[in-house]
Amino acid sequence: MTAFLVIVVVALFAITFWQLTKIYQLSRNTNTLDSSQIASDKDNRIQGNLLLAFGIAFYIFMLYNFWTFGDRALPAASSEHGVQYDNLLLITMAVIMFVQVITQGLLHYFAFKYKGKKGNKALFFADNDKLEFVWTIIPVIVLAGLIIYGLFTWTDIMDINEEDDPIVIELYAKQFSWQARYAGKDNVLGKANVRFIEGANTMGVDESDPYAMDDVITAEIHLPVNRPVLFKMRSQDVLHSAYFPHFRAQMNVVPGMITQFSFTPTITTDEINDTEYMRDKVARINEIRKSGNEARMAAGEEPLGNYEQFEYYLLCNKICGVAHYNMQMKVVVESEEDFNAWIAEQKEYSQTMETAAPATEVAQVEN
Amino acid sequence: MSAVGHVPVNEHAHDDHHHEGNFFTKYIFSMDHKVIAKQYLFTALIMGIIGIAMSVFFRMQIAWPAESFKIFEIFLGDWAPGGVMSQDIYLALVTMHGTIMVFFVLTQGLSGTFSNLLIPLQIGARDMASGFMNMLSYWLFFLSCVIMIGSLFVEAGPASAGWTIYPPLSALPQAIGGSGLGMTLWLVSMAIFIASSLLGSLNYIVTVINLRTKGMSMTRLPLTIWALFVTAIIGVVSFPVLLSAALMLIMDRSFGTSFFLSDIFIGGEVLHYQGGSPILFEHLFWFLGHPEVYIVILPAMGIASEILATNARKPIFGYRAMIASILGIAFLSTIVWGHHMFVSGMNPFLGSVFTFTTLLIAIPSAVKAFNWITTIWKGNLQLNPSMLFSIGFVSTFITGGLTGIVLGDSTLDINVHDTYFVVAHFHLVMGISALYGMFAGIYHWFPKMFGRMMNKNLGYVHFWITIIGAYGVFFPMHFVGMAGLPRRYYDNTAFPYFDDLLEINVLITVFAIITALVQLVFLYNFIHSIIAGKKATANPWNSNSLEWTTPVEPIHGNWPGEIPTVYRWPYDYSKTNEQGEYVIAGQDFAPQNVPLQKGEEELNH
Repeated sequence: MTAFLVIVVVALFAITFWQLTKIYQLSRNTNTLDSSQIASDKDNRIQGNLLLAFGIAFYIFMLYNFWTFGDRALPAASSEHGVQYDNLLLITMAVIMFVQVITQGLLHYFAFKYKGKKGNKALFFADNDKLEFVWTIIPVIVLAGLIIYGLFTWTDIMDINEEDDPIVIELYAKQFSWQARYAGKDNVLGKANVRFIEGANTMGVDESDPYAMDDVITAEIHLPVNRPVLFKMRSQDVLHSAYFPHFRAQMNVVPGMITQFSFTPTITTDEINDTEYMRDKVARINEIRKSGNEARMAAGEEPLGNYEQFEYYLLCNKICGVAHYNMQMKVVVESEEDFNAWIAEQKEYSQTMETAAPATEVAQVEN
Repeated sequence: MSAVGHVPVNEHAHDDHHHEGNFFTKYIFSMDHKVIAKQYLFTALIMGIIGIAMSVFFRMQIAWPAESFKIFEIFLGDWAPGGVMSQDIYLALVTMHGTIMVFFVLTQGLSGTFSNLLIPLQIGARDMASGFMNMLSYWLFFLSCVIMIGSLFVEAGPASAGWTIYPPLSALPQAIGGSGLGMTLWLVSMAIFIASSLLGSLNYIVTVINLRTKGMSMTRLPLTIWALFVTAIIGVVSFPVLLSAALMLIMDRSFGTSFFLSDIFIGGEVLHYQGGSPILFEHLFWFLGHPEVYIVILPAMGIASEILATNARKPIFGYRAMIASILGIAFLSTIVWGHHMFVSGMNPFLGSVFTFTTLLIAIPSAVKAFNWITTIWKGNLQLNPSMLFSIGFVSTFITGGLTGIVLGDSTLDINVHDTYFVVAHFHLVMGISALYGMFAGIYHWFPKMFGRMMNKNLGYVHFWITIIGAYGVFFPMHFVGMAGLPRRYYDNTAFPYFDDLLEINVLITVFAIITALVQLVFLYNFIHSIIAGKKATANPWNSNSLEWTTPVEPIHGNWPGEIPTVYRWPYDYSKTNEQGEYVIAGQDFAPQNVPLQKGEEELNH
């Protein structure tokens, strides 16, 4: 209601303003013809110079951005296909920046060079087949290269090969959390459907399916390094998107169907924390937190803790509701031995259900 | 809201030119294309103010998360307890900003305003083919605006599922508050909007095909008309698909069908929906949604082409190539929608096909960009504000268009999909560029609309702060995207990894606030010039096209006597004869209604 009133008041002010200017207008004669609102030679000179200055300033601004924010870009990929991804991105970016620098340069330079002056004659130049052919064919060739490289990489990434013996993991999304279900010793996921959701069975696993018995449900993902992993994704309510930025992996999670994405992690959590990039990043963030904490303490707020070490994560990247921004899961990449030790500690589905059985009748588990 | 009523003021002076009718039939329910154009413009400007204000609000939340602002308390009320923006209203603002800017400002502000103003004037027609349909089109648009604005005041909040309104989020009120009455109103408003757009577009198409004056062949049309004509065609082809998607979504929401929904457990119970597919909705939505991008940008391209040629005092370079690229872009635009869905779960093979078609679009776009640059080469540039905005348009179109090569590549899209990289890309290439096209058009045709000139110095101030601010907002934003920050996040402090992006976000927000504020200079200039601007001459920019042959004081029927006959294309600027003299002695332009001079050869452009 207040908002509405404010709008009314603003509108009334606008009308007042309009009426006042009308009086102002009546008080003077505006009916004289003149060309004062059309660019004069002086305007052309000033604006032409400004356009050149802007062109140069724009170059500097772009450089500044690369210089100061360039290190915010994601680190080198931590997955096998990610190396190809990074390569393609680098090539594409180089092409883009090359074209950007040249075209912006020409545009602003021409705007400066050919600024108008009375008595100057423009060149009547309406057509030139050769020129147009050149700048049609050059994009064709460059794009053909990019398309071919891109398509080969795309096919590689999307070609899911079950013969490499990937670990099969189900990613289960709901407002606003993730769960993972490892396929277990038989590496086959038990059937599941939201219609089976009941009590402790929050993922709707089919309890009559023998393949389900050895499945392992976890709240974080652990992956052995250098072994392919195949994610099968299911959503319980709305669209989500499983986004693993560091592995160059993303796939939407769609209610009513199973989507999938496969990749091979190549850098363990420990290893990436040991890179110069990540040490700098963690140090930079701690610096920011520290300086922010002084202000927080002064304002009587709780100070933020230190950023101990970087962890891989999985984010939700498709708007899914109010807490969309806070829907993530930790991902750990570790050696085969560490992974085996971790998975051995986890409870299999059959065990989970046994311990949870008495509680089944106690109402719904709150999400 | 009340602006529609403002239109008449400047026209009182020439009442006697009009045939009979009272205030209402003349200015409110007018069938005159020039009045309808102004109605579109005023409505779009008001919607623009609302849309831009929303973006400033959520940018403040991103830069200073969970900070309390008095301004939030005033405008958002209960949605901002203690002046801190709530999560619900954040998503609602993001959604409504997108909806309002794309459809209500850029689509109708450009296509609605300039199709109505320019089509009859530039092709030499007395009015649109159907004045009544044209009027109906505007009033349906107005109604849809009122409903959309009304939805902001709904108790559970306006639509909050993103402007793409993907179900199930948009279908289930249990999933988000805004998917209740707010979403119903959104859908109703859009359905009316589509009806309005179709009525308008059909009218534009028929008018261009049938009502061209004598001598005005298709290859003598100004590029503005070509762009607006093709825009109308893609609107007619693609908007009905969105209507069908909206209708099916309404059915799913209200009548229990399962077009888009399946296997859903929410709020502690399994819903009955079975067998639908959210991906179907994505296909339907983007079948409109992608052409929509070109519905927005093509008119801006046409306007920029016209203004660049006029102010460069040179013919547009490669007129036929420009038409061919407009047609090429329009055709390709209807077969690339899948590039919004590379990681949606659709068959990856489709991804390959869409990558191919998408990157093809870069070719006609590149041709256009090079042709614009060549147009100003060796010109005699008259750097009016409209010209500056047109040059700015070319600049942002290139900067924003190039990153499309990253996003259109299915492989590269995997990791930048739905990050701020996308936000930066489309804001530059279709948001800012289209706005520049709109500003350029307003500065250029203001004398035609209101018989007065806009103040050029205020125009210069407006341009320079806007272009610096817009690049300041959207260039650094690419880096936020490259850091892997998803869009539509209320807060990026949920874990420390993104802490070091905050300073970039503060920078962006500061630029955004400055850029938004400087639009007030434009608004002041616009309103003040309508009332007290310098009187315009008939052809202030020494332009060739037919609209400048009409009297300064607009009249019903456009030309007092005969409709002019056309003898040449519209770009005979600085054309010389064999002696190296201008074909018309003493002036560097030859309007379309001037017959070929002795010894002059018509250019076979």
